[in-house]
Amino acid sequence: MAALGEISLSNLNGGQKLAVKYYAMAGVLFAAQILFGLLAGLQYLMPDFLFGQLDFSINRMVHINALVVWLLCGFIGSVYWMLEEEAQRPVVGLKLGNLVFWAFAAAVTIVVIVYLLVQTGRGEVATIWLITEGREYIEAPRWADIAIVASVLVFFYNVAGTFAKGRYTGIAGVLVLDLIALFGLYLAGMFFTPNVSIDQFWWWWVIHLWVEATWEVLVGCILAYALIKTLGARREIVETWLYVEVALMFGSGILGLGHHYFWIGTPDYWLSIGGFFSALEPIPLVAMVVHAVYDSGTHKMQNNNHPAFAWIIAAAFGNFLGAGVWGFMHTLPQINLFTHGTQWTASHGHLAFFGAFATVNIAFFYLAMQKLRGEVWMGAGLPDRGWKWKWSFALLNIGMLGMTVALLVAGYVQSQIERAIGGSSWSAYFDAQAHPWFQQGMWWREVFGVVILIGVVLLAWDLLTVGRRETRVIQTLEPA
Amino acid sequence: MDQTAWWASGSFWRKTAIWVTGASLVALIFLSIDSLVKISAGSQRVPAYTVVNQRVDYVLNEERHVQQPKIGAEQPLFGRKLDAEQAEALVRHGKLTVQAKNCMDCHTLLGNGAYYAPDLTKAWLDPAWGSAAEREKAMVEFLLDPTDNARNTLGRRMPNLHLTEDEAKSVTGFLKWMAAIDTNGFPYNFTPMKQEN
Ligand code: HEC
Ligand code: HEM
Ligand code: HEM
Ligand SMILES: [Fe+2]
Repeated sequence: MAALGEISLSNLNGGQKLAVKYYAMAGVLFAAQILFGLLAGLQYLMPDFLFGQLDFSINRMVHINALVVWLLCGFIGSVYWMLEEEAQRPVVGLKLGNLVFWAFAAAVTIVVIVYLLVQTGRGEVATIWLITEGREYIEAPRWADIAIVASVLVFFYNVAGTFAKGRYTGIAGVLVLDLIALFGLYLAGMFFTPNVSIDQFWWWWVIHLWVEATWEVLVGCILAYALIKTLGARREIVETWLYVEVALMFGSGILGLGHHYFWIGTPDYWLSIGGFFSALEPIPLVAMVVHAVYDSGTHKMQNNNHPAFAWIIAAAFGNFLGAGVWGFMHTLPQINLFTHGTQWTASHGHLAFFGAFATVNIAFFYLAMQKLRGEVWMGAGLPDRGWKWKWSFALLNIGMLGMTVALLVAGYVQSQIERAIGGSSWSAYFDAQAHPWFQQGMWWREVFGVVILIGVVLLAWDLLTVGRRETRVIQTLEPA
Repeated sequence: MDQTAWWASGSFWRKTAIWVTGASLVALIFLSIDSLVKISAGSQRVPAYTVVNQRVDYVLNEERHVQQPKIGAEQPLFGRKLDAEQAEALVRHGKLTVQAKNCMDCHTLLGNGAYYAPDLTKAWLDPAWGSAAEREKAMVEFLLDPTDNARNTLGRRMPNLHLTEDEAKSVTGFLKWMAAIDTNGFPYNFTPMKQEN
């Protein structure tokens, strides 16, 4: 046993040791995401910057691919983190799991190097297999898709196998079924068709049914565990809430897919179906806020990890605001006709991904650091009043909100000038882009991007130092 | 709180979750099958690839209150009429090029993608290409050397992606075919280029 306050892997169980590796990879990719986001944002302001060397498309591709992969790494990490405690037995295939981690890390590295150095290819099938598939978010070449599927199968075997041999909780039941759907959906993005309508039809199965159905339920499971850990919430209550959320989320989100089928060639019945069901999607997100507030209230906010708990609350509200409110704003076809594919979409995309998912991962990073240092105190009265976590928390959230509003203003200008008045022609597009309000929006996005960057640096510093030389052990929670 | 009401019990909500999810999935599968048929190439909404041989327009449908594509008289691309197989090969090559060059991380197609450059859904009909007679030549020229053909005042240029002439022509075919997809009136209020009579 290492001394209290020292980082030591011996403080962790097997699954958690593996989780920490995934968290480390997630952290590196998060940093890369921010860096390439800033480059892409800068090119809006200085179009000649890196022109012809590292074009906007490449920076953007790395930005959003790093996003998807770091979030998935974080999720996989968090599932491994809770696995042995939930199942009350060791992970069934830990060695294999470790092996797969390294293979996965190698594959991601190669993909990124090819993105940056080779960038594009000839218009032939080989390019799709070796360089890029050129489809937003799932640009990874086909060979990498197959590697990902293989890794994921091993991960799934570990999760399902460990639960099957150990304790099969309510959380476990939801988690296992959700993972099947999540990974199954990935296959819908793995083929080529010349028909762009059919292409986008299946592409949205992956993107929408990931973020608005399976990922939401996945973070629901992870957060359920986190509430039990940090608040000492009662399992029956947390699991009942989880079922409520699954019912509402899948009940609205599965057919809510239709809000992406308004304008891609698909029949017009999607206007009503997509509009109606996606308009219901905020309801489960409201339920999550109610749940988090209710649980915190019954425990009088008594929790044993203040930074993690703050990020959990940020997740509940961020999810509601970014996905629920910002999503609802443009989900009715009458509005979406004008906002579709504008900065309005980018505004929503940023706040939703950050609010719903990035927050959850950050909360788990803090849980991990707490245990890595031997279950140290992380409640009230942290050294220096915990200024680092508080400032990084504030900078990240303010930066994100500021960026979202900046993009919303730009999106509003764009939907008016380009979409409504100008009819989305080439010249109308640039009329909107040149408008001073649009340009100001792009500047403010970059300014708030720098705020986010500072927040990330501070976050990294805090994660590496929080609980160092702490002499108090973790607070015991009183049952409510 | 020993006796939980039925509506607050875990087992009730577990069953509800299963039923709601199952019902939604079944509905989605039926709708998807129907939709996939209705957007297969050669359907009413998504035309056959041979539409590249014809004139494509975008006109207001009074009944639907939206603009929709109108397929007109013969107007072969690059002066050569293609049979079904050749037309499909052309669009296929164009689409492969679009993916290989990652156009969608700058542009939107059908409104999806990136927001750094104009939407390409109706690029074929954009008035900026000049006249219908000049259009296909102008498009190929632009795609082969967009940097020297730059035209907006912001200084935001499209990089030279080193397309071959074949690729540029195929992309042009792909864009023409895409402009003929019925998108329920997106983009709204688009004024297509004037084509003779
Ligand atoms: C790095 C970003 C970038 C990439 C990648 C890119 N473009 Fe562009 N594209 C632009 C910009 C910027 C403009 C506007 C150029 C101007 O106004 O001079 C443009 C303009 C165009 C236009 C004319 C606009 C219109 O409305 O008709 C077409 C057509 C076009 N691009 C097609 C493509 C195709 C096809 C690809 C992929 C093979 C592609 N672009 C890849 C940035 C990009
Ligand atoms: C955590 C949950 C969510 C995330 C991460 C998310 C993220 C995104 C992203 C990234 C896009 C842009 C996709 C692209 O690149 O084209 C998008 C589009 C969209 N989202 Fe969400 N979203 C979430 C939830 C919601 C909800 C709950 C709603 C509705 C109530 C919604 C409504 C929409 C709509 C209508 C679009 C299409 C925008 C367009 O037409 O351009 N989203 N979402
Ligand atoms: C320094 C901070 C950041 C900057 C400067 C930045 C910048 C950008 C830029 C320029 C784009 C391309 C938009 C376009 O096509 O016009 C983009 C896309 C995107 N970014 Fe960021 N970003 C930042 C942080 C983040 C964070 C923290 C997240 C999520 C957690 C995120 C998620 C996304 C998503 C989902 C898209 C695709 C949006 C869409 O297609 O609608 N970004 N970002
Ligand atoms: Fe969606």
